[in-house]
Amino acid sequence: MRAAVRHVVMCAFVLVMIYPLIWMVVSSVKPGNLVLSEPGLTPSEVTFQNYRDGWNALDEPFSLFFLNSLLVSVGSIVGNLVSCSLAAYALARLEFRGRKLYFAITLVSVMLPLHVLVVPQYIFFSQLDMVNTYFPLLLPKFLATDAFFTFLMVQFIRTIPRELDAAAWVDGAGPFRIYWSIVLPLMKPALVTAAIFTFIWTWNDFFTPLIYLTSTEMFTVPVALNSMMSSETANGVGALFAMSLLSLLPVLVFFVTAQKYLIRGISTTGLK
Amino acid sequence: MTQETLVRPVAQSPPVPARRRRPPSFRRQGGAAHVFLLPFLLGLVFVTAVPLLASLYLSFTDYDLLHDPELIGLENFQRMVSDERFWASVGVTLRYVLVSVPLQLAFALLLAVVLDKGMRGLALYRSAFYLPSLLGSSVAVAILWRQLFGHEGLVNGVLGWFGVEGESWLQNPDTALSTLVVLNVWTFGSPMIIFLAGLRQIPEELYEAARVDGAGKVRQFWSVTVPLLTPIVFFNLVLQTIGAFQAFTQAHIISGGQGGPLDSTLFYTLYLYQQGFQSFNMGYASAMAWVLLVVIGIVTAAHFLLSKYWVFYGDER
Repeated sequence: MRAAVRHVVMCAFVLVMIYPLIWMVVSSVKPGNLVLSEPGLTPSEVTFQNYRDGWNALDEPFSLFFLNSLLVSVGSIVGNLVSCSLAAYALARLEFRGRKLYFAITLVSVMLPLHVLVVPQYIFFSQLDMVNTYFPLLLPKFLATDAFFTFLMVQFIRTIPRELDAAAWVDGAGPFRIYWSIVLPLMKPALVTAAIFTFIWTWNDFFTPLIYLTSTEMFTVPVALNSMMSSETANGVGALFAMSLLSLLPVLVFFVTAQKYLIRGISTTGLK
Repeated sequence: MTQETLVRPVAQSPPVPARRRRPPSFRRQGGAAHVFLLPFLLGLVFVTAVPLLASLYLSFTDYDLLHDPELIGLENFQRMVSDERFWASVGVTLRYVLVSVPLQLAFALLLAVVLDKGMRGLALYRSAFYLPSLLGSSVAVAILWRQLFGHEGLVNGVLGWFGVEGESWLQNPDTALSTLVVLNVWTFGSPMIIFLAGLRQIPEELYEAARVDGAGKVRQFWSVTVPLLTPIVFFNLVLQTIGAFQAFTQAHIISGGQGGPLDSTLFYTLYLYQQGFQSFNMGYASAMAWVLLVVIGIVTAAHFLLSKYWVFYGDER
């Protein structure tokens, strides 16, 4: 009985939490003039006009913004996986002077606010004439600057038995061979976690593309949404909701399909 | 610390004789290590260290990107002291951090404890509560929030059913910030998952021992659960505080990049963005960035210093 009451309370709470999202879904298929005047969940009329309007609301169609976002996200994933796994292997397994110092720097830089670095970085990239390109978004990823992932991978490599390295060493494998053939295949779960979080963070990232991307055809989805919002079209809200929802879809796909990696990522390092 | 308890390095558990742990060729590994670390070191120097020092230098200059930076001593910092919008942004950010972080963590802890007590369908509830955390930082959800609390939004629609005439929450300077606090509290799922992982680590024997000693449910919670969970509370507190200081996207979207009404959602980072990337006062923006860095540093250091009074580490002797 008490368990039943508890479930009812919890379900009600879940409903309150999720309700705004449901409202967004329903509103996106309401005719533009009904979105705000009919707050309920049962639209008197269902239409996909909002999606058609939203798709072409800016100078370029949203397909381009989705492609741009995909390009930046995939590039970031490649960059993070390569650079962070290389650094993590060295920090977790090799012995060299300064290892503890580098590891400490990794931990501290997790806490370093991006805003302290962004002004000089912007000046640097603008002097190289790289504003309005994807270099400022991608280059840091190839240089292991997402310290969270380095940290995550170090923690994971430490759980791989050292005996495996030692055996490979006896068979004549050097550090690169051990990294490539032993450690990398065994750390697949950590790589998947890092890849998923990199995707979600990059996909949602607003600040960096807002600063660096200036022309519409370079926009990623979040910047495009922002620009659509400030230009408030005729049946604005419905179309804005429609595009916002589409922008959440890839994240929702990961939420449904890869949850164990997400949960593991958060439980071990406190990723968001 | 916390992380160590969550992922226990297996490699350390079987005791290996010291001489065998030393790898065969120490010097060659040093060389190899630096090849592995090459991207990391380049990033450390060019993406982190040099910009960090450059922004310190710029904070003593007047720089608009077009002309050469001109050294002006402490003028930027003096200007800050008398800049009303600067103080508005400090006030907004502090209120946001002080209110939303404790609220968010309280929700996270409460729900984690409820879910951990043998609740059926744990995985399902956990997923549902986690979803907002995953979406919360996106522009899309910020847009949703803007409509939710708008004059004709969902919130006022619901209030209307109860006969309450709602105002526009976003156009009232007294309530605009609260909508962003609600948004941050809404994303309590990720600290909740960290709490859940922590609750799993508490050995059942401790609860049994407490029961044998006659402790009731409430007593068990305060004397076993809470003390053993303090390292995780601490970990979440540090992480969420640092994150809240840097909130940007939601404030930018909700106020259309302005921080209004009457600067009531002018977050520190939003003002920094306006100064640096809209007015191109790069020197002033750098000075603001360094103030933020110092404040976050002090707050984090204070967390660590104060932690010895309330954080309990089980392995302490």
